[in-house]
Amino acid sequence: MSELTLTELTTILQECAGEDETSALRGGDVLDTDFKDLGYDSLAMLETAARIQITYGVVLADDVVVEASTPRQLMRLVNQSIVEGP
Amino acid sequence: MTATVVTGMGVVAPTGLGPREHWERTMRGESAIGPVTAFDAERYSSRLAGEITAFVPADHLPARLLPQTDHMTRLALAAAAWAIKDAAVDPAELPEFGMGVVTASSAGGFEFGHRELDKLWRKGPEHVSAYQSFAWFYAVNSGQISIRHGMRGPSGVLVTEQAGGLDAVAQARRRVRDGTAAMVCGSVDGSPCPWGWVAQLAGGRISTADDPARAYLPFDVDAGGHVPGDGGALFVLEDEEGARERGVTSWHGEIAGYAATFDPPPGSGRPSSLRRAIELALADAETEADAIGVVFADGAGLAELDRVEAEALRAVFGPYGVPVTVPKTMTGRLSAGGAALDLATALLALRHGRIPPTVNVSRPVPEYELDLVTQPRRKPLSAVLVVARGQGGFNAAMVVTRRHSTSGTR
Repeated sequence: MSELTLTELTTILQECAGEDETSALRGGDVLDTDFKDLGYDSLAMLETAARIQITYGVVLADDVVVEASTPRQLMRLVNQSIVEGP
Repeated sequence: MTATVVTGMGVVAPTGLGPREHWERTMRGESAIGPVTAFDAERYSSRLAGEITAFVPADHLPARLLPQTDHMTRLALAAAAWAIKDAAVDPAELPEFGMGVVTASSAGGFEFGHRELDKLWRKGPEHVSAYQSFAWFYAVNSGQISIRHGMRGPSGVLVTEQAGGLDAVAQARRRVRDGTAAMVCGSVDGSPCPWGWVAQLAGGRISTADDPARAYLPFDVDAGGHVPGDGGALFVLEDEEGARERGVTSWHGEIAGYAATFDPPPGSGRPSSLRRAIELALADAETEADAIGVVFADGAGLAELDRVEAEALRAVFGPYGVPVTVPKTMTGRLSAGGAALDLATALLALRHGRIPPTVNVSRPVPEYELDLVTQPRRKPLSAVLVVARGQGGFNAAMVVTRRHSTSGTR
């Protein structure tokens, strides 16, 4: 399974939790921006994590997911799981 | 005690989006009842509904809210925004707990829940949306409205089926009287999905007619149940003096009187307490029966329920003693949203001095002795009574009056 990229994460976020017209997700360097500052709360992250798990075949515990507060941290978490396997 | 006045109104109805469209269509007597389009209803015993078809959620809501909202929540968010705009009230300018929201709901976000149950069954639990945790919930409209507008005052939800639309407004009036500066209240309801549909059918009150003009005939000799629909209305309530202090000079009317009663259980042999609800509401408004210009009846559309309501109205007002109308013959019954929409229509009737018609009813039961308004009627109105009955024994009655910005406290 290929890695989760920022482009793919952005798409999943938009599909799962919507996006405001003014969202920082549209361009700009958001790798280290807090999800809260991007407008995504913990429920939005759980929804996003559920989609990632289905798409990438990984298993992520809810409490681990909500600890990942930026795109970089979430991507590291997901990609680590992909490498390690289920 | 000063008056509690309605300073804002938002309408989402099968008959129109916004008070103007709804009022004009209602006064034309143009029904919005038709075949169900929200899902394939062919295989069900009932196939007609009063649907809102012109509402495009993305036109009214931020994209962020779309993945987490049920159909009726989207409608409610639009209606709340319109009511707040109409009242020209800014929650940010009020004290932190100065504005709250009380809505009524009969089923919660059923359509959202239906979709997620379908995913659970077909694909498995990991496919169920995290937003299901609240999107289905009875209180979801109150929650979403309060979050969107930053309203942290006293809030809640009432679940009394059709009566809820009035009960929520009465609860908001209590909070205004307690000193809350402004309250959003009312109900937008409806569950246009197979799950919601079978739940309604199981209640045993839904018409099985296929002719939209013959399906919902309250007080008619051919009454055979009702047609469900979706929509409702939300309002902003304020204390009259408070509204005046922030520069408001006109409003839709005053919530002058209200009462709720609960019917004895079926088979008890004791009579319905509906009459008492009406009498208590009149007393609360310090209004005599002869001051009421028109009654917006519940109009269940089933002989036994129609008879009880007709008896209560005859007992209070006398035979043919007051004009009675059921404009919801054009929308169907919107669960808790129905009484709220009736309240909106009643306030519009007060303003325009015109009574909207009850459509399709051509043969009222003579023994009911009701002055049923079947054509639009001009009449100066100073007070209107709205009656709502919820399945399960809930009765509510509310008196709204004209109130101009000239008088002070009473």
